[in-house]
Amino acid sequence: MASIKIRAKAEGGVTTVKALISHPMETGQRKDKSGAVIPAHFIQEVVCEHNGNNVMTALWGVAISKNPYLSFKFSGAKPGDSLQLTWVDNKGEKDSTKVQIS
Amino acid sequence: MTNTKRRTFLKGTMAAGAVSAAIGVGLLTPRMVLAAWPSAAFNAESVDAALNELLGSQQMEESDKIDIRAPDIAENGAVVPVTVTTDIANPESISIIARQNASPMVASFVLGSSTEGFVSTRIKLGKTSDVVAVVKANGKLYSTSKEVKVTIGGCGG
Repeated sequence: MASIKIRAKAEGGVTTVKALISHPMETGQRKDKSGAVIPAHFIQEVVCEHNGNNVMTALWGVAISKNPYLSFKFSGAKPGDSLQLTWVDNKGEKDSTKVQIS
Repeated sequence: MTNTKRRTFLKGTMAAGAVSAAIGVGLLTPRMVLAAWPSAAFNAESVDAALNELLGSQQMEESDKIDIRAPDIAENGAVVPVTVTTDIANPESISIIARQNASPMVASFVLGSSTEGFVSTRIKLGKTSDVVAVVKANGKLYSTSKEVKVTIGGCGG
């Protein structure tokens, strides 16, 4: 779906993954104009799998910035392999996308 | 019933089914799927408590094999780019802590066996704070910290 932008590039045996997720990452500490607290709404877990093997599990709190960015590197993948990224937030909403490593 | 009507009818039922399924999942997910999400660590108000909850220890060894790249001065505390790189062999996880945030635990990245000691993300800092990178490897915790001065806070407001 549309909430994830991800790019994975294999170079010299190392794959660099860069991902951007659209998400409000609301802390639960902010107030709206009427003074009411805006409830927390944030991604708690991001899982990334290469050909079905887990290469990264990110556990996040509210202090990750709005529209989160995540980058990491792993070895052992080749161009054409599949990479899947899934996120789940504190309301149980989730999204997932699969890309081919270039 | 014509074919089109039947199709509309099916769509309607399926949509309704999906919604109720989603509600059910929404209610159950935090416990079922996120059993691994360590709420106690993320809600902890002290660095020691957060480390104990998440990594089972608060004993950290200063290490020059960890590099934190973050700005010296962040104009906007809501978006502070942080990159952690480590040369420590077989890192199991990299955690990022903002010492002066209300809840210091920012994020923890659990690395796979083929994943390198590198993560980059963007974090919120409520005010000027030491950003601490904690690397777990071989059952021990190693850390490095860097102060980031914040002119406009990223929490509350």
